[in-house]
Amino acid sequence: MTGDLIFILLALLTLVSAVWVVLSRNLVHAGFGLLFTLFGAAGLYAYMGADFIAVTQVMVYIGGVLVLVLFTVMMTHVPRDKQRHGVDRYVPAAVFALLVFGVLYKTITAVSWHGLAGPAHPTVARIGAGVMTDYIFPFEYVSLVLLAAMIGAALLTREYHPTAEEGDAPAEDAATDQEVAS
Amino acid sequence: MNVGLPHFLTVGAILFALGLFAVMSRRNAIGILMGVELMLNASNINFVAFSRYVEHAVDGQIMAAFVIVLAAAEAAVALAIVLAMYRNFGTANADIAQRLKR
Repeated sequence: MTGDLIFILLALLTLVSAVWVVLSRNLVHAGFGLLFTLFGAAGLYAYMGADFIAVTQVMVYIGGVLVLVLFTVMMTHVPRDKQRHGVDRYVPAAVFALLVFGVLYKTITAVSWHGLAGPAHPTVARIGAGVMTDYIFPFEYVSLVLLAAMIGAALLTREYHPTAEEGDAPAEDAATDQEVAS
Repeated sequence: MNVGLPHFLTVGAILFALGLFAVMSRRNAIGILMGVELMLNASNINFVAFSRYVEHAVDGQIMAAFVIVLAAAEAAVALAIVLAMYRNFGTANADIAQRLKR
């Protein structure tokens, strides 16, 4: 009974703040709504016994991605999504989103799920063993992707000086395109 | 009520639909990115739920960890692009700025 109550509270926290993210006109408010959505999702992971994923969610998403998003919102001086009124934008988006949700919900209710949760064990050791054995190639590949993303982000945010040397500007652009493509 | 797999899948579906709505209705590129993050979280909830209720192993959770890593990389590059866009065009509106170069 207490478990059900905790699930309902976590799901409500996730979904209500997700609605806030989607509908808020002020992007800073949307960013703080995203904080609560990600925290609620981390709670749901913990509820399902996925301790490693829950902690990773808090550290990477809340500690990293969200800070990046909020910094970018504040650096671009456009906290308000001004141009966002008008039914031409809302109605097709709402119709399509409802359609997708309808299909997903129909699928969920049509299948009789027999899954039962076993007792929850700590997952960190098993995830570590899995990453080092079965998933060693994706693991190494992801580190390459992170390196490429790091170089790409550093190149893209570099100050552009058109007066310095016109000669090396095309080379810089080519390198930037390459990083984005990878 | 007995909380099981369908409840988590429903939460994931609602989160995915909300993210899709944000991606389609927002004009600011950062708002679109927030919608993408919501959709990635919805997929992660599904991964972890299936790993817990069907698979009884951690492969789904390893997938979820990969999704988190790729989402972080995507956010870093996308926000760098938004900053470059803002520097070149003075706006982060995805409708106006359609080129990366000047």
